[in-house]
Amino acid sequence: MTPDLECSALTKRFGDTTAVENVSFQVPPGSFFSILGPSGCGKTTIMRMIAGFLEPSEGDIRIKGKSVLNVAPNKRPVNMVFQHLALFPMMNIAENIGYGLRRQGMDKTQIGRKVDEALDRIGLPGIGSRKVDELSGGQKQRVAIARCMVLEPDVLLLDEPLGALDLKLRERMKVELKSLQAAFDTTFVYITHDQSEALVMSDNIAVMNNGQFEQMGSGQDLYYRPESAFVAGFVGDTNRWQGKVTRKEGDAIELVTENGLTLRGATHGRDLSDGQQADVFVRPEAIRIAHDAADLAHFDNRISGRVTSLLFNGAASRILVGSEDGREEIEVNLPQSGEFSSIAKGDAVHIGWASDQGNCFKAGGN
Amino acid sequence: MRTEAKVGLGLLLTPLLLWLSLLIFIPHVDMFIVSLQERIGVGKYQTSLANYLTFFQEPLYLWTFLRTAVMSILATLMTLLIAFPVSYYIAKMVKGRLQSALFLMCLVPFWVSELVRTFGWMILLRETGIFSNLLQFVGLADGPVEMLYNDGAIMLGLVYTSMLFMVVPLVTTLESLPDEVIEAGYDLGGSGLSVLREIIIPHAMPGIVSGCIVVFMLSLGNYLTPTMLGGKESLWFTELIYSQFIVRFNWELGSAFGFMLLILSSAIVWGMLKLTGQSLEKTMG
Repeated sequence: MTPDLECSALTKRFGDTTAVENVSFQVPPGSFFSILGPSGCGKTTIMRMIAGFLEPSEGDIRIKGKSVLNVAPNKRPVNMVFQHLALFPMMNIAENIGYGLRRQGMDKTQIGRKVDEALDRIGLPGIGSRKVDELSGGQKQRVAIARCMVLEPDVLLLDEPLGALDLKLRERMKVELKSLQAAFDTTFVYITHDQSEALVMSDNIAVMNNGQFEQMGSGQDLYYRPESAFVAGFVGDTNRWQGKVTRKEGDAIELVTENGLTLRGATHGRDLSDGQQADVFVRPEAIRIAHDAADLAHFDNRISGRVTSLLFNGAASRILVGSEDGREEIEVNLPQSGEFSSIAKGDAVHIGWASDQGNCFKAGGN
Repeated sequence: MRTEAKVGLGLLLTPLLLWLSLLIFIPHVDMFIVSLQERIGVGKYQTSLANYLTFFQEPLYLWTFLRTAVMSILATLMTLLIAFPVSYYIAKMVKGRLQSALFLMCLVPFWVSELVRTFGWMILLRETGIFSNLLQFVGLADGPVEMLYNDGAIMLGLVYTSMLFMVVPLVTTLESLPDEVIEAGYDLGGSGLSVLREIIIPHAMPGIVSGCIVVFMLSLGNYLTPTMLGGKESLWFTELIYSQFIVRFNWELGSAFGFMLLILSSAIVWGMLKLTGQSLEKTMG
């Protein structure tokens, strides 16, 4: 099947700086694709090239197999939901949604019918005659999507549209966006710096840094099997130590951190050898916690220490454990069984984790 | 506390009230009273509408009155047509230092007095002026060309004088239009013309209207430019008022003319607001 959107060797240079470097990806029809990266990584530049507001320096963009490089933004079969939504304040809601249809020269009664259909679809029937500033943030969001969707684009681009919403609404809109995507059955390309937005909604995610794709894959791939130190550090929360490799046996390595803590980790097939500097990443939820050291006997990383801080946050509560010698501080998730609900600052605890949970990368990356 | 607040408010309002009453309200009331006086003998007056009747019965006065209004409207429209692309360029196409530099360049001519600026145009346009010499030098004209003392010269002067007062409100309103909204217009299939018509102009409407009001008022009440660039026969309504007051010493008729000008400008501004569906609060606030 031809992918809905295909970028090959896309490069964009502004003077001496390269904003996007040799990026290639394909988005299959009807899927939700996210580009995740810190601000300034070049994700907006990719988006603007796809929409047609920027000309790529090199490479090609194909939509449904056809190159759109020489097609003006208003002729491309892609539409964009802008960061601040960019609803037209001088028009009412119905005129906003009907704008693109009027430009296509559709007759009035048909536009009216399509607009009503779109309003039904986003669950806001009968608000057509309202003004833009009479709507709430979430409603504006849905109108902005409807305004694009009435044009039945091949690809819908979304440029961090949830950024301006408050947390509660953002959580709800994540679920809603995903179901709108399913309802319209259109390919969505979503860019964000918020990993939870990307993880929750996407079929596929590309993690971007410094103008390049670090890794592309499903949310699970990125979370459990990061291929670079940047991805391991950027997607999800994690403990991170840097140390020197002292022993290597197949996949398993042993390293000593700068503060003298000995840790065991796994390279998962990556190239690392004795004496090299390495980064090791361990997720807080991969670490077990016990009152009795014997319960952790089967783990090859074991540390005893005291709780230095309690970070209560409901189901996502954590503690910081300072190792006995006071050298390192480790973030650990509290089990949700309530077993440790009475834990307090200063309590003695034992923690441990399996060495293959410790993802090791050659240092010098990000 | 309440009385103190009232006194405070009164004190704060005093300069404004003094300004309005001494400089605007009282002179107008006085002028209105004067305009209703008809001289029936030496030092003898009676109240009547005779001065206004004179205005309507004398074709020259009416003609000048209409001519001033039409030319001011034309000057306003021309200023708008020239200032809009300039403002759009300053507000949307350039950023940073260049933007401030261009804006400053619009302002620079206003650092010299209007008199000097008008003399500048006279130096360029007169028979022995730069343009005339240039045309002769290039061979496009056989003899000296007089470009002063016609309606074109007046129009040129008016547009030039008013430019800044159109550019400032336009730049301000255009700057408040997010680039995203313009891009969204294109993204959803709009062409340059339809984005201009449906998005940019409706957004800039308050700026356009307030700029037009200011420019129109300035042109209508301008005395210097029409007199200097238009010469003796320029026939500008302010000149008629001036000559009634100063040359003919007929304050009664001059006051009536003044009042007609006030009514004319108010009526045209009101009509313009109605026509564009704007209100004074929206354009000034």
